[in-house]
Amino acid sequence: MPGQTPWQTVGPFFHYGLIRKGGADLVADCHDRRIRVVGRVIDGDGQPVPDALVEIWQADAAGRYAHPDDPDHRAADPSFPGFGRSATEEDGSFRFLTIRPGRVAGPGNSLQAPHIAIGIMARGMLKRLTTRLYFGDAPENVDDPILALVPPERRDTLIAKRDGDAWRLDIVLQGAAETVFFDC
Amino acid sequence: MAAPLPYNREDLASQPPSLFPAYGSTVKRAPSQAPIAIPHTLTETSGPTGTWDRLMGPAVADLTRQHGGEPIGERIVVAGRVLDENERPVANTVVELWQANAAGRYVHGKDQHPAPLDPNFTGAGHVVTDDQGRYRFVTIKPGAYPWRNHANAWRPAHLHFSLLGPAFATRLVTQMYFPGDPLIAIDPIANAVPPGALERLIARFELGVTEPEWALGYIFDIVLRGRRATPMEP
Repeated sequence: MPGQTPWQTVGPFFHYGLIRKGGADLVADCHDRRIRVVGRVIDGDGQPVPDALVEIWQADAAGRYAHPDDPDHRAADPSFPGFGRSATEEDGSFRFLTIRPGRVAGPGNSLQAPHIAIGIMARGMLKRLTTRLYFGDAPENVDDPILALVPPERRDTLIAKRDGDAWRLDIVLQGAAETVFFDC
Repeated sequence: MAAPLPYNREDLASQPPSLFPAYGSTVKRAPSQAPIAIPHTLTETSGPTGTWDRLMGPAVADLTRQHGGEPIGERIVVAGRVLDENERPVANTVVELWQANAAGRYVHGKDQHPAPLDPNFTGAGHVVTDDQGRYRFVTIKPGAYPWRNHANAWRPAHLHFSLLGPAFATRLVTQMYFPGDPLIAIDPIANAVPPGALERLIARFELGVTEPEWALGYIFDIVLRGRRATPMEP
């Protein structure tokens, strides 16, 4: 059995290889259900990380993925890619235009609360870190099967807060307010 | 609904740690708490597929023909297969590549290495694997370049690779090195990989891939996380 190819850092110069115009816009700005997802990537000194790559993956508004694993994938919104990339700015900020995803099946007969999977890469990060974004106003968060695996005092690091017309979630790589990262 | 089959976990004997102090930038960017293991749900076992033109634009397989003239440097072919841990080809998945030019300089505003840019070389491409998981690029062998990690630090010549694979869980970003490069043994980024796994990042020179009177050929096979046969979580 061949072994996994090891990860290596994405380095500081990925932009011209991986970032494409519009790659952070999963929907058009005029989409009637569009939301903004914003935040900053922060290091262990509380400093912004200006050279991070943030990727998201999410279901469509009905909770479907355009992927064969999803039994309903043929009904997935064909106009919605589900995937986006944003390179952080000098102040560590990232931004996406997307829609709020629907609920997706979880383990057993559970349903997950609406969530967005996030991957973070950067110079100084030898491999990707993964986390999730949940929505602060979602009553479904209470019985989300993945949030339930996170110690209650750390769950807030996964829950975006409303900020004007945006949902804001900072990603803290290290320290007292460290984001919960997943082994997935 | 039946639970999706999970993917294998990250293999700690293959993967670098987040914190590797010899690579100084990891010290403030590595989490201090262990990651929390979660079961694979549809979110982790699905991923973007089949929309590459929309996400990435048309394929760019030959990095030596993106400009009016030919780039300076040693022309090379880099080819290989994308497989999973079960030795199954990963078909129809995007492989992205970016790199420095022959002088060791990136087309990037923040690269301050005082080596020349090449007006005929950008150094970025992407292709989609065929039904056998195969990919092939034509490019220029990149130069080594200095960095400020420690005194007289030089990165070995390398190509950056990015793969999505079939699922959010199969994402891989890595670097390919060249056989016989003396800088590999003293590079903290390469040596963050556990001993025994580092050799997987070193391409193999292959006469069969070499184009006569045109370009040297290298093979670089890439192995993504495989899927388990049963839905049981450990």
